[in-house]
Amino acid sequence: MKQSQIRVLIAKPGLDGHDRGAKVIARALRDAGFEVIYTGIRQTPQMIAEAALQEDVDVVGLSILSGAHMTLCPKVVELLHAQGQEDVLVLLGGIIPDEDAAQLKAAGVHAVFGPGTTSTEIIAFIRSAMAGG
Amino acid sequence: MPKPVPTEQLIDYLLRGDRLALARAISRVEDDAGAAARIVKAVFAHTGQAHLIGITGAPGTGKSTLVSALVESYRANGDTVGVLAVDPTSPFSGGALLGDRVRMTSHSGDAGVFIRSMATRWGTGGLAKASADALLLLDAAGFDRVLVETVGAGQAEIEIARIADSVVVVEAPGLGDEVQAIKAGLLEIADIFAVNKADRRGAARTVAALEMMLETGGAAAQTVIHHGQRMETGAAESDTEAEDGWSIPVLKTIAVSGGGVAQLRDALDRHREWLGESGARATRERMRLDHMLQTLVQAEMLARMERTLSPGLRSDLVDLMQRRKTDPYSAAADVIKKLSG
Repeated sequence: MKQSQIRVLIAKPGLDGHDRGAKVIARALRDAGFEVIYTGIRQTPQMIAEAALQEDVDVVGLSILSGAHMTLCPKVVELLHAQGQEDVLVLLGGIIPDEDAAQLKAAGVHAVFGPGTTSTEIIAFIRSAMAGG
Repeated sequence: MPKPVPTEQLIDYLLRGDRLALARAISRVEDDAGAAARIVKAVFAHTGQAHLIGITGAPGTGKSTLVSALVESYRANGDTVGVLAVDPTSPFSGGALLGDRVRMTSHSGDAGVFIRSMATRWGTGGLAKASADALLLLDAAGFDRVLVETVGAGQAEIEIARIADSVVVVEAPGLGDEVQAIKAGLLEIADIFAVNKADRRGAARTVAALEMMLETGGAAAQTVIHHGQRMETGAAESDTEAEDGWSIPVLKTIAVSGGGVAQLRDALDRHREWLGESGARATRERMRLDHMLQTLVQAEMLARMERTLSPGLRSDLVDLMQRRKTDPYSAAADVIKKLSG
C-alpha cells in the first residue's frame, strides 16, 4: 500500500522577520493536503539545505522580502545539488524584479511568485511539477 | 549517494551513516508498506543499541524546546542524537503543518544530530504508524539517543509507552488545575516528570501535586475535587510504582534557558541504568516487539480482508444487518470463515 505525500519545506532566509506571508502559504499548502515543514525566520542557506535533507522534502519554498534573494537563492540551490537533492523543486516568493527572476531561474530556481500570487496558483504549480509536468 | 537508488542500496548507505539515505528510508517506510518490510528486515539486526526516549505532554508545555535543550545537553556529553518530532495530520485535508523544527534550529550544522518531522497520517495514540519503524532506522543509523516527541497529548495518547525505553511526561504550571494532571492516563506512563516553565508562578504547586499523586499510590483510585465537585478518578490499570526500585522523579526544568536540563539528562541516565539492572529493559522490549508483531499481523489481516472480500459481499452483509436478518457478530464470523477458507 502506497500513500505518498508531498512534503514541502517553508523557510525564511535572511534577516527580515516578516513571516506572515510564509505562514499564510504554509497553512494554504497544509489545507491542500501537503505535509509542510515550517522552519521559521532567519534561516541561513546552510540551515535550509540541512533541513531539506533531513526532512527529505520534495519542495523548498523560500520567502524573501529583504532584497537579498540574489545571494540567498542560488546558494540554497547549490547546496541542495551538492548534497544529492537535484530533484527538489525550489520556489521563491517575495518582491522580486523581473530581471532578477530570470537570472534566478537560470540559476535553478523553478518558479518565482510575486505579490498578488494566489495560493491556488502555487498549489497548482507544485501539483503539476510533482506529476512530472 | 547517487539517486534514485533501489531500496537495498539505500540500506547499505544508511548503515554506513549516510544522512540522505536515512532521510529517504524514513520516507519510504512512511509511504510504502512493502518497502517498509524490506527496509526493516535489513536493518533490524543492527537495532537495539540506542536509548529510546519518549517526550510527551499536553500542548503548550514546551516539549519541543525541552527536546532541543536535551539534545544540546547530550551533545555536550558527546552523545549523538536522533529526533523524531510528531505533529498531527489534519483530518480534513490530510495535510499537516509540522512546526517543531522552529524550536530546534540551534543544532543546525551539527553532524551528530538528525531531526525529522513526521505527520501522524491517521496513526493513533499521538504517534504515526511509521513512528516505530522510523525509530528502528534512527537506531540502526547509530545514534546513541533517539528522542521521540509526540503530538500534544491529552489523556489517551499513551502509545509512546509502547515504543520508548524511558518516557518523560512534560507538565507546565498554569495549564488548568492539577486535577487535570491527576486524572490523566499520561501519568501512568511517566518514568520521569518534568515540570517545565518552572520559573512561572504555580510551578511549586504543580510539582507538589504530582509528588502527592505519586506518594498516594500512583494514579490508583482516589477522590479528588474537580470544579468544586467530588469525583472518583478511575482505578489505574497498573500501579506506577509497580516496577520495583524505580521511584519516579518530579523535576523542574526551564527549557528556554537550559535550567534543570542537566538534571533531566542525569535522571534519564539513571533510568536507563535501572532498566538494565532490574531487567525491565528486556521486559519492555519484549512488550514492544510483541506489540509490533500484533500490529503488523492486524494490518496484514485487514489488507487481506480488503483483497479477498468483494465489495458486493460486504454490501450484501450490510444489507442483511440493516434488515435485521443477521447481526454484526454473525456477519463478522461469516467474513472470517471466508478469509480462512
